[in-house]
Amino acid sequence: MPETREQTTEQEQLDPSLESQPRKRITSHGALALPRVLAERRSNEKPMSSEPIFEVKDLTVAYGGKPAIEDISFDIGRKRITSLIGPSGCGKSTMIRCFNRMNDLIPAASVSGAIVYHGQDLYGPGVDPVEVRKLIGMVFQKPNPFPKSIYDNIAFGPRVIGMKGSMDGIVERALRRAALWDEVKDRLKENAYSLSGGQQQRLCIARCLAVEPDVILMDEPCSALDPIATARIEDLMLELKDQYSIVIVTHNMQQAARVSDMTAVLMPDVRDGDRAVGRIVEYADTGSIFTNPESKRTEDYVTGRVG
Amino acid sequence: MTGRKRYGETAIRLLLLLCALVSVLTTVGILVALLQPTIEFFGEVSVLDYLTGDTWAPLFKPQHFGVLPLVIGTLSTTLWACVVALPFGLGAAIYLSEYAGNRTRRYLKPALEVLAGIPTVVYGYFALTFVTPLLGDIGLPVEVFNALSAGLVMGVMILPTIASLSDDAMTAVPMALREGAYGLGANKLQVSTRVVVPAALSGIVASFVLGISRAVGETMIVAIAAGAQPNSSFNPFEAVQTMTAYIAATGIGDVPTGSIEYKTIFAVGTTLFIATFLMNLVSIRLVRKYRQVYE
Amino acid sequence: MGAPLGIDTGGGGGGLVDTSRNNRVKSALFKGALLFSLGIGFVTLIALLVNVASDGLSRLSWDFITSFPSSIPSHAGIQSPIVGTIYLMGLVALFAIPVGVGAAIYLEEYADRDRWYNRAIEVNIQNLAAVPSIVYGILGLAFLVRGLALGRVLLAGALILTLLVLPIVIISAREAIRAVPASIREGALALGATRWQMIRRQVLPAAVPGIATGSILALSRAIGETAPLILIGALTFVPFNPDGLSSPFTALPIQIFNWTTRPQDEFKLLAAAAIIVLLVLLLTMNAFAIWIRNRYQRKW
Repeated sequence: MPETREQTTEQEQLDPSLESQPRKRITSHGALALPRVLAERRSNEKPMSSEPIFEVKDLTVAYGGKPAIEDISFDIGRKRITSLIGPSGCGKSTMIRCFNRMNDLIPAASVSGAIVYHGQDLYGPGVDPVEVRKLIGMVFQKPNPFPKSIYDNIAFGPRVIGMKGSMDGIVERALRRAALWDEVKDRLKENAYSLSGGQQQRLCIARCLAVEPDVILMDEPCSALDPIATARIEDLMLELKDQYSIVIVTHNMQQAARVSDMTAVLMPDVRDGDRAVGRIVEYADTGSIFTNPESKRTEDYVTGRVG
Repeated sequence: MTGRKRYGETAIRLLLLLCALVSVLTTVGILVALLQPTIEFFGEVSVLDYLTGDTWAPLFKPQHFGVLPLVIGTLSTTLWACVVALPFGLGAAIYLSEYAGNRTRRYLKPALEVLAGIPTVVYGYFALTFVTPLLGDIGLPVEVFNALSAGLVMGVMILPTIASLSDDAMTAVPMALREGAYGLGANKLQVSTRVVVPAALSGIVASFVLGISRAVGETMIVAIAAGAQPNSSFNPFEAVQTMTAYIAATGIGDVPTGSIEYKTIFAVGTTLFIATFLMNLVSIRLVRKYRQVYE
Repeated sequence: MGAPLGIDTGGGGGGLVDTSRNNRVKSALFKGALLFSLGIGFVTLIALLVNVASDGLSRLSWDFITSFPSSIPSHAGIQSPIVGTIYLMGLVALFAIPVGVGAAIYLEEYADRDRWYNRAIEVNIQNLAAVPSIVYGILGLAFLVRGLALGRVLLAGALILTLLVLPIVIISAREAIRAVPASIREGALALGATRWQMIRRQVLPAAVPGIATGSILALSRAIGETAPLILIGALTFVPFNPDGLSSPFTALPIQIFNWTTRPQDEFKLLAAAAIIVLLVLLLTMNAFAIWIRNRYQRKW
């Protein structure tokens, strides 16, 4: 079972000339092109708070009896950004969808194990998935705004869960926090589909925030967006970290390196034939994963030797 | 390898085109069959009298040609059909699309189609011999022939059409929209009614319009159970005669060809055709609209 | 912002378990209403079948099937209506299937979708599928019975029913043809087959199960139709089997209609017995269609 490690506070210098060369052993110069931003951020990092927001215990998800991810156990830190990385098809989406019981929507899926959140197992008896989702929100890979006005998209969540308060105020607060208010404040009644892809995704983030969740799950939120929109959303993630615990799935390693505090690496174990089951091979602070990984499989993955 | 003219291919293509043109011929035939006598009819009866007169008695002396009682008969029976078919058809569709598992769906949907496949004359028999006495037994002052019985049974007949088309429209709504709503903490009732139904609305409305059109055009149920007396009342317990029932009754009888009475068949037929044609156009338009959005 | 209402960071019950009672009641009521909607249809169907069976079973017998209609209820039977219906079915199949499949092939394989006239044909077929059946009766009355002076005969009835179900045959044949994958067509053409050869040898054989199913369903629709035949003049008292295309005829639905509208109760029982025969016939046809589809339909 992978263990968490204390973060280091070393400064890591980058040698740009070494960026594009494949390595056999990762030196302190860094593996991929770790941006300078990350290096600077590292020096100001506090150590991980002792109270995790999720404790995952022996989580296994099977579709029609065949396991997709198996024996997942790790803790997710409060008010941190945790990223799940790994090659395509290793079960990252399956895993993140466990945190808000979205896998319940798939009839063939069965979940065993536990995810403890504030002392309660999310999969315990009597737990209502609808309540879970009010506290643990999700942003999806492709922006999926409703075919309604921008205002009604944001207002939908608060309305259905019965939130009290002035709806105008709720909508404005959510849009401001998602860094979208200035762009749409004059056209709240327009259809959400008139926004660009990046704006739609920020709308979805605002929609998620309007319900005032505790945690935000993001399943590859930028994979359908261009680099500029991606950069804006990454900046937004770093701002939101102050108030929300964030878990993000990404297959873009640079993104994980840029924004996340902790990184879990998921890898497929191939069983009889081509069935692959995902397991966590390593879980540590992001800096260590990318510069000094313990597991060879991690090293192969982050250096691009293995897809 | 020069391009050799393939005469066989051209001939076949022509033959197949002729097959397709049969349908065009049918439409032309319908239009000509309807319009010619209708025009002659309106040579003798003024359009105003026809549309606004409140007595329909072409076979009696003195003759009256106000079509309103027939229209009211049609509307009255159609109204009761809609009371049954629209809400319950939509309800069945919501269940099929949002609540039923895949296996249940596979059996339920065809089972519902069975209802649509029963001949209308059988429904007419059922309305006359079962529903009307039943309504009488529960205390309603229904006559032997009445609009309510026929309307309710028509409603059950068109319920599968509305359910099926509305279900098609709702299953076309992408899963991503539902996931977005569930992710926010909405429950199934809220997702179905506040996200899926609004998103599928044009398809649902199309199914409603098509259902209404079928009720308007239905003949046997009303001919058997609703009555043969033109009646300008919306009272559901009284006998009424619909446009379709009139055409059927007159067609059975022996009206001399070319007489004014004979031409009433075509005048009423044209009225019926225009009404259903317009509704069908609207419905087809709406279906195209929702298909464009999601496919 | 942070922890919203209901969450007790100390753990224990609360936030995740309580759904407001109001919501739970509403959800249960809603689901109940939906099931009721589904139920209405099935309950009515059962009521109808029980009603017909209880009325008609007593009059159902071999004599009933072999006798001819008569004004004396105890002697009346449905031989000529059954024979008329079977003849009609055969003629409609003979006319509607080739023309319908031909039109479907034209529209799917030959027609250039960009031409306005091809689109117009398609829209036209969709409209025809929704025209009330009695209008087809008016068409028959004007052209066939009076116009072409065919009279109130079998051929006229068959032609009118053909026109009625033609759109259904075309639409279902088109779907069956469309379901054949493009890769099969391209494969045939790439080997040097002409368009027609590709259709005849690859597309049509693959589409046959779908076409057969659709045709049977169209025929079962034709058999149940009464209104057009009324206007064509399928006489209600025909105590003899049709002896040719230009013979007067009757059909099961017409006989049912006739007996149902007689005031005497004995005739209503006869109508119920005839309904049973008609429903059994339809059930057999539909079961056959489903069997074909399950047995021969390929999943691409």
